Amino acid sequence: MSSATTQGARTGGWKVDLHVLGPILALVALIIIGIILNPNFLSYANITNVLARSAFIGIIAVGMTFVITAGGLDLSVGSMAAFIAGLMILVMNTVLPMLGEGVSVIGVGIVLALVAGLIAGAVNGLLVTRAGIEAFIVTLGTMGIYRSLVTWLADGGTLSLDYAMRELYRPVYYGGLFGISWPIIVFALIAIGGEIVMRHTPFGRHCAAIGSNETVARYSTVPVKRVKTLTYVLLGFLVGIAVIMYVPRLGSASAATGLLWELEAIAAVIIGGTVLKGGFGRVWGTVVGVLILSLIGNILNLTDMVSPYLNGAIQGVIIILAVVLQRKGTAD
Amino acid sequence: MKQLLLSTAIVALAGPALAQQTIGVSIPAATHGWAGALNFHAEETVNRLSEEYEDLDFFLTTTPDPGTQVSDLEDMVATRNIDALVVLPFESDPLTGPIQRIAENGTWVTVVDRGLSQDGIEDLYVAGNNESFGRIAGEYFVESLEEGDKVVVLRGIPTTIDNERVEAFQAALDGSGIEILAMEHGNWSRDDAFTVMQDFLSRYPEIDAVWASDDDMAIGAIAAIEQADRQEDMWVVGGAGMKEMVRRVADGDPMVPVDVTYPPSMISTAIELTARAVMNKGLPVSGDFIIASELITPENAESYYFEDSPY
Repeated sequence: MSSATTQGARTGGWKVDLHVLGPILALVALIIIGIILNPNFLSYANITNVLARSAFIGIIAVGMTFVITAGGLDLSVGSMAAFIAGLMILVMNTVLPMLGEGVSVIGVGIVLALVAGLIAGAVNGLLVTRAGIEAFIVTLGTMGIYRSLVTWLADGGTLSLDYAMRELYRPVYYGGLFGISWPIIVFALIAIGGEIVMRHTPFGRHCAAIGSNETVARYSTVPVKRVKTLTYVLLGFLVGIAVIMYVPRLGSASAATGLLWELEAIAAVIIGGTVLKGGFGRVWGTVVGVLILSLIGNILNLTDMVSPYLNGAIQGVIIILAVVLQRKGTAD
Repeated sequence: MKQLLLSTAIVALAGPALAQQTIGVSIPAATHGWAGALNFHAEETVNRLSEEYEDLDFFLTTTPDPGTQVSDLEDMVATRNIDALVVLPFESDPLTGPIQRIAENGTWVTVVDRGLSQDGIEDLYVAGNNESFGRIAGEYFVESLEEGDKVVVLRGIPTTIDNERVEAFQAALDGSGIEILAMEHGNWSRDDAFTVMQDFLSRYPEIDAVWASDDDMAIGAIAAIEQADRQEDMWVVGGAGMKEMVRRVADGDPMVPVDVTYPPSMISTAIELTARAVMNKGLPVSGDFIIASELITPENAESYYFEDSPY
């Protein structure tokens, strides 16, 4: 199934390690650079901030790992997140006078976000599998649609959650268990769950089989259409979960929410060692990829070493380097 | 019935030949708060003036990027036969050529906010003052802080607008002994400002004030400061006059002592003046109309608060 690992195993030696260890080495290198550059890098507050802010992209990237492993792609997740966040705020503000200020309003918002995510994912998935349109085209289309819809819902401005509700909902991002904030806990649980599903369930194996060779998978009685659709539905659902954690942070959504999240999620998946063409996926690698991306931003903000104009360039170099590092381990 | 149809057709055909005038308006799409308010004020003004002048038509387009804006302008000239153009150029350089060609055909041109890269093309220029936007904020900092106090700056998207504002802010601080610890781009976004502010807070144990240089960024910065529980230590000055922030100033919030205007309603000023110029020939309107930034304080905040605006 995964030519990369079998090939690596046969040649043996440290080359195999590079493929597996590449992203981890990059992460360790970044952490060491961070420690050298700023004594506050390892402080509790900084680590918490970085992990909590990684959670949105991270939760989405776990779902993206399945979509890409099955040979698909989803460009709509950033716009979808913005749209669901806008919808959620709008509905919560609307039901507030009926239900009164309380947990029930938050419950309505959460259920709505999950259902909207499931539906949005199903729309993408069904258009790809049933209508037979390229995933790239379908999700490029829905990306534009969701972005316009949230701009329209917000009337070009910003949708803000009612102030009292924001105070009540706030702990979902800022609170936590034993000093670990909720976004970090949720991200960790989803990552562990994702890794298990990818490695130890028929669904995970089917994803890799389809991404590897769809025709062969079909002849091997893999329910190709159903599995592919389900990867998009799963991703939509995870976008819904990410939004549930995102809304309490600033209590607002606008047309600028979730901009470029899709690219960050895809970059994290690829840095983590998942093959862009499909056929091999690694959820733990994706988690490392997400951490690498957010650590770069954090380290650049903690120093004045590089002109802020060059932040994007540094991130770009590291994305390319991480992938080159893995290639070297597998090419020969 | 046939008679009626025929006469309607004649009126429709003859209409444009009479005094009917068309004004094309091209502005950036509502992709962030300030642009959203710009769209709101543009639509409202167009509706109001359409009612006021029966023989005046408007054609409003919104564009997501400079390339689309050039296409929109070409369409306006080719299919709408516009008599006047009100345009907020997405970027100065790429739009200068196309707008110059329209002006050379004898169309009245009003340029809003972002100037063109060559002088003398437009008949009327309506703009905010980025220099005063930065300077007024800087002067407030000098007035309210003491020598040796430390500030951090959140910059916008890297553009000439941002450069002008930041340079004016720094110039105002010159010689005051106030130290700018660091400046990073928050890209006029709540999320980015939140992230950058979190990192500033881990990096510097002592910060006395924050110049967020935009109200969206101020909201993100305030959320990060509250999370770190350091709201007693510092205050935040944004800018542009978002209604939530004007509200906080009016209510005397210690975190948001003042705000600085950069009114999106300048598009109304531009459309209104253009309509007067086109309809009342001979009325002297051409020239520059620069709207200075003003300091919003708890005393005057009510007059800057627009309930219906989305921003």
